Amino acid sequence: MLDRKKLKKEQIMQSALELFASKGFYSTTIPDIALSLKMSVGNMYNYFKSKDILAREIIKYISVYLGKKLREINEEDIPTKEKTRKIIEVYFKTASLKPEMIDYFLRIYLSNREVFKDGCEGMICVNEFVTEIMIYFEEGVKCGDLREQDFFSAFGLFMGYLGGMVFLKGENILPKDLDGYVDDIAFNIYKALSTE
Amino acid sequence: MKNKMRVLWLSAIACNGNTHSFLNYPFLEQFLDDFEFIYHPVIDSHYTLEDIVSKEIPCDILLIEGAISKEFQRADVSVVDIIEKYSKIVQKIVTVGTCATFGGIFRESGYSETSGLHFDQDKPSERFHDLLDKTISVSGCPVHPEVLVNTLYAIKKSAALKLDNFLRPKEFYAYTIHNGCTRNEYFEYKVDNHQFGELEGCMFYDHGCQAPFTHGSCNKILWNEVNSKTRAGLSCMGCTEPTFPKQNLFSTKKNMAIPENLPVGVGKRVYLTLAGISKAFKIDRLEKKLFDD
Ligand code: SF4
Ligand code: SF4
Repeated sequence: MLDRKKLKKEQIMQSALELFASKGFYSTTIPDIALSLKMSVGNMYNYFKSKDILAREIIKYISVYLGKKLREINEEDIPTKEKTRKIIEVYFKTASLKPEMIDYFLRIYLSNREVFKDGCEGMICVNEFVTEIMIYFEEGVKCGDLREQDFFSAFGLFMGYLGGMVFLKGENILPKDLDGYVDDIAFNIYKALSTE
Repeated sequence: MKNKMRVLWLSAIACNGNTHSFLNYPFLEQFLDDFEFIYHPVIDSHYTLEDIVSKEIPCDILLIEGAISKEFQRADVSVVDIIEKYSKIVQKIVTVGTCATFGGIFRESGYSETSGLHFDQDKPSERFHDLLDKTISVSGCPVHPEVLVNTLYAIKKSAALKLDNFLRPKEFYAYTIHNGCTRNEYFEYKVDNHQFGELEGCMFYDHGCQAPFTHGSCNKILWNEVNSKTRAGLSCMGCTEPTFPKQNLFSTKKNMAIPENLPVGVGKRVYLTLAGISKAFKIDRLEKKLFDD
């Protein structure tokens, strides 16, 4: 029963993500989402009491999704350089397979902070994801591969770069697929963060 | 006459800090009613150090203060030989303080192969292996006088003390120093914001407090019955641990803003998740001075 409800919730979040990406966050309503799933609006509210709640659940869902992938990388016994590359690959792969997810993260979560101010203070709703990035940095510094510096200057460099590339891709500005940039970007990020 | 326990206080390579700490024990008179020092470096005793090394004076408990090296002598006899002689006749051996237990700061002395009785920092040493069953360690730089005295009373009463992996009585060392600190609220909500000596703020995040990963009772059994370092506004330096002393005691070692040493038994993911949540909130009461009207 619980699993069914969880599955349904995930379906709703997935449809919402797609609608947000195509119609925009503000113009998408709960009835629109219900309609796309052939559900009644009343039933929709059994799962999510409001659009703001749905919006927060979605960001947590994305954070858990990405966090899980990064955790697998963090738990591998490989040099920081390889981890760096793998994180970039995972991020770009997600951006290609589930563009609506990264799109939501960049265009909705980061740009509409007012929607997330209650219940998503600070980085609470992206905790799983940020925690893994922290662990990647921490372990990198500890083993001597990465240079000690302020967390946010490193975080901004890493995530800002990836976010920027995905954004350019979304705007159809990039001549190549995201995959085609992994080598160079991994080289650049590692060079910028490493002690070498 | 009362049947007093006979105690030998042997100083090896030491600053005598434990001796002095012991003199702060508030009920020393009563203690001396129940125990008798056959020799103590600063308290009057029946015998001289020469007597101790040249004869075999009856003794129940051997207390060792200071790090141990074969090269180091007392009254022209190696402390190792003195330990070997008395360890055979006593019921119990107590390593008093961190140097006697782990080597402590005097591992850096010029004497060769200097270490604690059974440990060289956290590595077990073979030298006195046959004495393991007899030994209790009370680490600390210095040891808290009540921890020492209560351990001695436990021996006197033949109370079985449960010991940890470093032979320290769990009664005193199963806790962390963090336990009982008056700054716990600041820890919970990740407020450092500290100036040394002031009442506000937790010193874990920036000021090097090692209490969450240091074992002992400093915040449970207060010093001089009034206070502890961390309550008073000075970070715990981890003086009861095999790693003592470390460097840069007043700043927290961090890797990209994440403390390298986390509270004992708390995984990195758990810690970061909780820290991320509590950091997201600002608690006004904890940001302000306590007595600011
Ligand atoms: S100052 Fe030290 S002992 Fe006190 S709460 Fe903070 S970490 Fe714990
Ligand atoms: S507070 Fe820490 S450094 Fe101070 S005496 Fe206790 S264990 Fe040692």
